[in-house]
Amino acid sequence: MDSVIKVEELTKRFGNFTAVDHISFSVQRGEIFGFLGANGAGKTTAMRMLCGLSRPTSGRGMVAGYDIETQYEDIKNNIGYMSQRFSLYEDLKVWENIRLFGGIYGVDEKEIKHRTDELLAELHFEKERNAYVKSLPLGWKQKLAFSVAIFHRPSIVFLDEPTGGVDPATRRQFWEMIYAAAEQGITIFVTTHYMDEAEYCNRVSIMVDGRIDALDTPRRLKSEFGATTMDEVFRALARHAGRKE
Amino acid sequence: MDVFAAFVRKEFLHIFRDKRTMLILLVMPVVMIVIFGFALSNEINNINLAVVSSQRNETVRQLVERFDANHYFTIVGEYATAEPVEHLLRAGKADMAIVFGTDFDRQPSVQLIVDASNPNIASNEVFYTSSVIRKAMAETRPATQEEAVVTTHLRMLYNPQMRSSYNFVPGIMGLIFILISALMTSISIVREKEQGTMEVLLASPVRPIYIILSKMVPYLVISCFNLLTILLLAYLLLDVPVTGGIAGLCILSLVYIILSLALGLFISTVVNTQAVAMLGSVMTLMLPVMLLSGMIFPIESMPKVLQYISDVIPAKWYIMAARKMMIEGQTLAQVYVEASILTGMTVVLMALSLKNFKNRLG
Amino acid sequence: MARMGFLLEKEFKQFIRNALLPKLVIMFPILVMLIMPWVATMEVKNVAVTVVDNDRTQLSHRLVDKIAASGYFDMQPLVAGYRAGEQDISTGRADIVIEIPQGMERNIESGQNVALQISANAVDGMKGGIGSNYLVSIINDFVAELGADRGDETAPAGALSVLYLYNPTLNYRFFMIPALMIILVITIGGFLPALNIVSEKEIGTIEQINVSPVRKWEFILAKLIPYWIMGVVIFSLALLLAYWIYGLAPAGSLLTIYAAAVLFTIVMSGVGLIVSNYSSTMQQSMFIMFFFAVLFILMCGLFTPVASMPAWAQVIASLLPPRYFIEILRSVYLKGSGIAELYEQFLFLAGFAVLFSVGAVLSYQKRG
Repeated sequence: MDSVIKVEELTKRFGNFTAVDHISFSVQRGEIFGFLGANGAGKTTAMRMLCGLSRPTSGRGMVAGYDIETQYEDIKNNIGYMSQRFSLYEDLKVWENIRLFGGIYGVDEKEIKHRTDELLAELHFEKERNAYVKSLPLGWKQKLAFSVAIFHRPSIVFLDEPTGGVDPATRRQFWEMIYAAAEQGITIFVTTHYMDEAEYCNRVSIMVDGRIDALDTPRRLKSEFGATTMDEVFRALARHAGRKE
Repeated sequence: MDVFAAFVRKEFLHIFRDKRTMLILLVMPVVMIVIFGFALSNEINNINLAVVSSQRNETVRQLVERFDANHYFTIVGEYATAEPVEHLLRAGKADMAIVFGTDFDRQPSVQLIVDASNPNIASNEVFYTSSVIRKAMAETRPATQEEAVVTTHLRMLYNPQMRSSYNFVPGIMGLIFILISALMTSISIVREKEQGTMEVLLASPVRPIYIILSKMVPYLVISCFNLLTILLLAYLLLDVPVTGGIAGLCILSLVYIILSLALGLFISTVVNTQAVAMLGSVMTLMLPVMLLSGMIFPIESMPKVLQYISDVIPAKWYIMAARKMMIEGQTLAQVYVEASILTGMTVVLMALSLKNFKNRLG
Repeated sequence: MARMGFLLEKEFKQFIRNALLPKLVIMFPILVMLIMPWVATMEVKNVAVTVVDNDRTQLSHRLVDKIAASGYFDMQPLVAGYRAGEQDISTGRADIVIEIPQGMERNIESGQNVALQISANAVDGMKGGIGSNYLVSIINDFVAELGADRGDETAPAGALSVLYLYNPTLNYRFFMIPALMIILVITIGGFLPALNIVSEKEIGTIEQINVSPVRKWEFILAKLIPYWIMGVVIFSLALLLAYWIYGLAPAGSLLTIYAAAVLFTIVMSGVGLIVSNYSSTMQQSMFIMFFFAVLFILMCGLFTPVASMPAWAQVIASLLPPRYFIEILRSVYLKGSGIAELYEQFLFLAGFAVLFSVGAVLSYQKRG
C-alpha cells in the first residue's frame, strides 16, 4: 500500500489547551479521506499542520513524501488547499485569480491560458471569466476555489469544510467535482461536519476532543456501531465529548 | 439594563484582549508628554562657530577667547580666509562663521555668516552672538565718565522658564481624546458592520441606542483614565500649574471627550470599511487636530482662510480653553465662549449621528 | 522570478482597483503641499507690541518710532501704566509690552543708568523669545546710535553685519517644505503597507498564499515594490508642487535627493510591513504605526532641531531613520550639499533600508 499521508502521535498544544492530542493515521494514494468531527474537535488544526501552516508541538508526519516538521515548504509544491474561509481575491477577476495561483505554483504562462479555458468550460463559467469574484454567488465561489486548488495538479488536495453554507444541490455538484479529481489520481483529504457527505468518502476518521476515536470505511463503522447512518455513528461518539461547540 | 451591562462587558473584553492596542492606548499619552515635555525644544544649546581673521591682534584674540569660554559656543576652527567656511556650513559642521574686519583695531567691524536654513534658530544665534560681541566691545571701550548705561530687563510672563511643554500639554490632550474616542469608536463600530456582526446585535431585543452607547462607554472610561494620567504627569513631571481649577478642566475635558465619541459615531455611520474609517479619520481628524488646532503651530500666523477653517475644528476650542485654564489660570466661567461652542458642537454632532445611525442601521 | 511577476501583477491590480487608494495617493500630496506650508510655519511675525511710555519725551518718541519702523512689530495703541500693558497681554491684544521708564531722556543726558522693562507672553515660547530678542537688538542699536550722535567714535554702530546664507529671506516655509515632503512619505509610505498584509490576514486570503510554495522574500518583495514606486511618485509630485507653488527648487543635485528618497521609501515600506506582519487586526497595526509616526514626526528634527534635544533624546533620534533623510533633504535643498558632505547620513539610511527590508521578510511567518 502506498500511503501519501502518514501521521504518528501528532500533537498541537496552545498553552494549556491540547487542540490535537496524539493522533495517528495514514491516507492512501487516490483515496477520498473524510476527516470528521464536531466544531472545535481539532480538525482544522490537524489539517493546518499537515499543510505546513502550523508547527506541530510533537509527533511525526509525512505528506507526499516530505516531513511536516522540516520539509514543510516542499510539501506545499505537492498539495492544494481550500480553506474554510473563502480565500480567493474578491477584488480580482475570475481569470486573474486562476492566473495568479497558477503562476504561484509555477505553471507556465501558456499552460495557464490553456488550462484556464478548459476549466472555465468545465465549470460553464465562460461568461464569468471577467467577473469580479466578489460578484459570484457562494456556491460558484466554492467551485472556483476548488478548481483553483487543483489547478496545478497536486498529488493531494486538502479541503476544509468546502461545502459550508450552500444548498444540497450545489453540494452534490461539488462532490461530483471531488470524484472527478479523485479519478485523476488526486488524493482528497476533506473535513466536514455534514454526515451525509461522510458516506461519499472511502474512509473516514472521527475526531472527538482532539483524538481520533474511530477510523474505517463508512460501511464498517456503521456495522461496528450498529447504526444505519453515519449520523448515528457520529452521535454515539460525540456523546462522550467533553468540549462544547 | 442587564443586557446593556452585558454589552458593555463584551466591548471591554474586546479591548482588553487586544493587549498591544491597549498598551499603546495607555502608554501613548505618557510617551507624548515625555517627548513634548523634555525632548522638544527650540533652545540653542550649542553654536558651532568658525572664526575667520586675517590678522591676529589682541582684541580679536580676547574676543575669540571669550567665545571659547562661553559654553554656548564651540569653536570648530580658525581660518585666515573665509574660503573654507562655506564648506563647513554646507556640511553642517559649523552653524555660523564670525569674520573679523582686516583692520579691526582702528575700525572694528564684524560680519556674521550664518546658516539660515532654519530662520528662527538663525535669528536666535545671531542674537546670542551679537550680544556677546556687543558686551565685549562695551567693556574694551574706555569708559567715559558721563556715559549712561541702558539696560533692558526681560520678563517672560506665564512661562518664565520658556518651557514648551506648557504649550503642548493641552494640545496632547486634544489629540489623544480624538484619537481614542473618535478613531477607536468609529473603527470598532465599522468593524462589526464589516464582519456582519452588527446585524446580529441589532437583531437582539436591545434598542440600537444602547448598542451604540455600549460601544462608547469603554472608550469614555479609557479617555477619563488618560485624562488623569496626563494631568498627573503634567502636574508632577512638568509642573504645569493648572491654576484655573481642576474640576472645571475635567468638566471641559468630559464635554470634549463626548464630542469626540459623537464624531466617531458619525464617521461610523457614513463609512463601511475599516480601512476607509481609519484613513478617513487620519485625514479628517488627526492631521487637522495636529496642524490647525494651534497645538504645534500658532493659528494667528496662518492665512485667514485657514483660520476660518480652524474655527470648525473642535480641538481648537478645547485646546484654547484648556490652555487658558491650565496656564493662564482662568476659570471655567471665564472660558465660557469656548465651553459653549464645544457644548453646542457636541449636541449638534450627537443629534446628527444618532439620526444618521437610525436611518442607516436601526 | 516568474512567480514574482504574477504576484506583482496582483498587487498592482488590487491597488488600482481600490476605491480609495489611487485617489489618496494623488490627492493627499496635493492637499498637503497646498495647505501645510501655510500652516506648518513657526515664522514669527505680527508680534503685537504695546508700549508703555512713562517718559513722553522726544527721545522716548524716537525709540518708539524706531521700533515701529523696523516693520517687524504690530504696534498696539499706547497705554498708560504697566498694569494696563499687562492687561493687554492677558487679553491677547499684545504679545510683548515694553515699558519706558520715567525720566529716561533726562537720565541718559545726565549720564545716569536707565533700565527698560520688556515683558513677553511666553506661552508661545517662540514668539515671546524671538520677539523680545529682536526688541532688545533694536534698543541696543538705538543706544549705539545715541553714542554715535555724541560723536563717540568707538561705538560699534553699523560695525556688526550679518550675512544669512542659504535662506537669505529667512523664509520659514523654505525650511518646512522639505519636512512636509518627508511627512508625506512617512504617512502614505508607512500606513498603507502597515494595513496591507494584516488586511489579507483579516480577509483570509493570506492562507492561500501561505499554503503555496511561494518564498517569503518573493511575497514580501512583491508587496514592497509597488510601495517603492508609489513613494517615489508621491515624492516627485511633492517636489514639483514645491517648485510650482512656492518656487522652491533644490540648490543641490536632484540625483542626490532621489537617491535619498528611494532609500527612505524603502525604509518606510519595510517598517510598515513589519508592523503589518506582527499585527493580527488592522486596528492594531494602525495604532502601532501611529505610535511610530508620532515618534518619527516629532523626534527627528522636523519641527524642532535634534541639536536642541537633551542627550537621551538625541540618542533615540539617531536610531530613527527619518532623522537622516531630513538632514539630507534640507541640506541639499537649501545649502546645495552633495553626497561627499552627506555620506554619513547616506550610509545610515542605506543601512536602515537593508535592515528593515530584511526585517520585513523575516517577520513574515508562513507557518504559525
